[in-house]
Amino acid sequence: MTVALSGKEIAAKLQQRFPGSIVESSESNLVVKGESLLDIASFLKTSPDLDFDYLTAITAVDYYAYFEVVYQLTSIKHNHSLVVKTHCYGRDNPALPSVVSLWRGADFQEREIYDLMGIRFDGHPNMKRIFLWEGFKGYPLRKDFSNGN
Amino acid sequence: MTYLFDNYWIHFALFVVIILGFVLTMIMGFIYIERRGLGRFQIRLGPNRVGPFGVLQPVADAIKVLIKEDIIPAKGDKLVFWLAPVVAFVPILMIFAVVPFQSGALLADLNIGILYIVAVSSIAAVGVFMAGWSSNNKYSLIGAMRDIAQLLSYEIPLVLSIVGVVLIAGSLSMTKIVEAQSIPFILLQPLGFLIFFTAALAEINRCPFDLVEADSEIVAGFHVEYSGMKFAMFYLMEYCEALAMAAIITTIFLGGWKGPLLPPFLWFLIKVVGVFFLFFWIRSTIPRLRIDQVMAFAWKFLLPLALINLLITALQVLVWGEVSPWAIVFVNMAIMVVLVVLWSRFFKLGGGRVAV
Amino acid sequence: MAIKTEPFVINIGPQHPSTHGVFRMRTTLDGEVVVDMEPVFGYLHRGVEKLAEGRSYKQNIPLSDRLDYISSMTNNQAYVMAVEKLAEIPVPERAEYIRVIMAELQRIANHLIAVGAFLNDCGAFMTPFLYMFREREKIIDLFDMVCGQRLLYNYMRFGGVSQDIPEEFLPALKTLVNSMPGFIDEYDQLLAQNEILLARSKGVGILSKELAINISASGPVLRASGVKRDIRKVDPYSVYDRFEFDIPTGTVGDAYDRYWVRIQEMRQSVRIIKQAMKQLPSGEVLTEVPLRLRPPVGEVYGHIEAPKGELGFYLVSDNSANPYRWHVRAPSLFNLTALRDMVIGWKLADAIIIFGSIDITMGEVDR
Repeated sequence: MTVALSGKEIAAKLQQRFPGSIVESSESNLVVKGESLLDIASFLKTSPDLDFDYLTAITAVDYYAYFEVVYQLTSIKHNHSLVVKTHCYGRDNPALPSVVSLWRGADFQEREIYDLMGIRFDGHPNMKRIFLWEGFKGYPLRKDFSNGN
Repeated sequence: MTYLFDNYWIHFALFVVIILGFVLTMIMGFIYIERRGLGRFQIRLGPNRVGPFGVLQPVADAIKVLIKEDIIPAKGDKLVFWLAPVVAFVPILMIFAVVPFQSGALLADLNIGILYIVAVSSIAAVGVFMAGWSSNNKYSLIGAMRDIAQLLSYEIPLVLSIVGVVLIAGSLSMTKIVEAQSIPFILLQPLGFLIFFTAALAEINRCPFDLVEADSEIVAGFHVEYSGMKFAMFYLMEYCEALAMAAIITTIFLGGWKGPLLPPFLWFLIKVVGVFFLFFWIRSTIPRLRIDQVMAFAWKFLLPLALINLLITALQVLVWGEVSPWAIVFVNMAIMVVLVVLWSRFFKLGGGRVAV
Repeated sequence: MAIKTEPFVINIGPQHPSTHGVFRMRTTLDGEVVVDMEPVFGYLHRGVEKLAEGRSYKQNIPLSDRLDYISSMTNNQAYVMAVEKLAEIPVPERAEYIRVIMAELQRIANHLIAVGAFLNDCGAFMTPFLYMFREREKIIDLFDMVCGQRLLYNYMRFGGVSQDIPEEFLPALKTLVNSMPGFIDEYDQLLAQNEILLARSKGVGILSKELAINISASGPVLRASGVKRDIRKVDPYSVYDRFEFDIPTGTVGDAYDRYWVRIQEMRQSVRIIKQAMKQLPSGEVLTEVPLRLRPPVGEVYGHIEAPKGELGFYLVSDNSANPYRWHVRAPSLFNLTALRDMVIGWKLADAIIIFGSIDITMGEVDR
């Protein structure tokens, strides 16, 4: 069975290496600050007993006060998984660092989140819309999106 | 040769009518046989609505194609676009002038019959390229380029295997080749037959060499922009080429009109249809090759084998001219098996990735 | 005088006989060699995730059917399992076994199309494709017997399946399962050692092991590259831990390996179905669940091994009748990430074959 690692334990480990980067943590997930996302992700990928080399999915959710981007990570060798979240404030031009340099599977996922939610990912080689056409106005998956109907 | 009614012009007119009628009927028959046969190979029925057993299907196809709108691409080269089907179709039709249906029954008994066929059939390649170029379409251009490369490459093994037959028969004339076949040349020249058959498949753009009009890649290749009657000409050309190659194979390798019991003309028909059956049997079974594999196959496999075949045939004609043919048959069969097995061991159909 | 050449751009798709669905590849060709390729998506984007936020959980079951419309039983299973995990709904044993049988039948049906379409792209002119359709028709007839539908089943419900299997189902399934290995051998015999097929697909479009893991590939694509990862073994769900089956793994990761892995998976699916039929218990098939289900506040990520890869659903609930967020982890989208790397350097004909060997459905790529 794939073991879902406890958010609290991982948060404790990370707190030592990257102080001040954890916002909150619970049994099922941990929330990190946007700026330290790339460092933490890189640590999670390269540290030998965590070894999260497989990015299962990236999702973005619109809670009106903030955007929450959820990363589902898996390790093939150790067969454990972890959920890492980050919050993104501001609705005008939210931005996060891109993890494409670590996991290439994030390529199309980040483009999709930009297309449908409007969150930019800095460092992505090809940040443009993927499903909707160039010149489409608005970001449909946001809760306050209306296309004029 | 003796002309019908001793008048050249009546002979000419009569045979033109006979040939046109024969070609068009046989093409209709071939279209029907192929579609039903392919359907049966693919465990489905094939056309069976139009007429009893779907026999009138080709007629329905012909009517459909005739009444379709003729679309010409706006930026294409209009004169070349208009001429291309003509240049592609007419040379193939001209091949039938020297194909003997029966002893003495052909339009013109040229004493360079087989050379005439090879020369004229190459002109069709120009027509194909004209079609690909004038369509102003990248897909057609790719298809036309592939086709030219393929047609040119496979001419050479084709011609070389014919030369083997000519050596044994001692003449280029089609009637003399048939008359020289006391035993059919397919037995005397098994390697030559295989080479000619494969090269013929490539010349008429049939599977496994039909990458020119590969439906799943470049969507019909060089005739993608054609519609209406011009498309019908290309479609006819494809089946006419198949008919022409089948007729040539019958004449050169299978003994033409010779056979017991039945009238000669019927034997000719049976053999032509039999060869065509082989054509579409192969089509329904084998996947297609890629262009670089096609070229490698022609130049590295067929060409050396054709040259060796020529050498061996020449030696046999020179040294064993008087030996009983059956002994030569066994020797040639053995040589063919050894050569084909040996060459295919050493021949890799690779190609591979180009560093970009 | 040197001849000047320049590369030209050609669009393969969106209408094309062999792009599986509406997908456009903008290729730059230098003669016949592909020097650059850009995939263009979005031709089938229907806004499924936004639609789902306006419908109740049960109304979203038919919506999940239409994601990967070729294998719709497994879509249902993934979604239904995710909601059951979130709302903690128990599932009766008989329903679990029926789900496994349906999922494995769906896997065989999907691989029949995948292999048939791949051979069609290679140029074998529909003959193997139509032979495989003969078997797929039998499977679809079985599905028709169970739920009345041939393509988009809407069969599974929260807490089980919507109706029990009729009496004629098991004998018909038994005939199919007994004859299936013979048919798979027939396809193998015609094609596995075919010189031309080997020449067209061996060594073509290699996806290395490291790259496969890095792009989060899953399913036959990942396994053909040498990674032995199958959600049914690694994170067993439903009753898969009660069956014995192998995970076929390739070595090189070329198009031929992907074809081979799918053929072997069909054999393993037949094995699983035989065991499930033997162990099938009696009982009821559905736990009663309210029509407008209101799961507790929370989120869940539930995944299964769909025929195309790891299909996952990420659901966020705020205790109302409609989901707050409904996200699909589509395996085909991840598998396509490295398409550019796999295709560059090969010829146009190979690009089509490589694309066909990945086996995608645009319904789940574009959603």
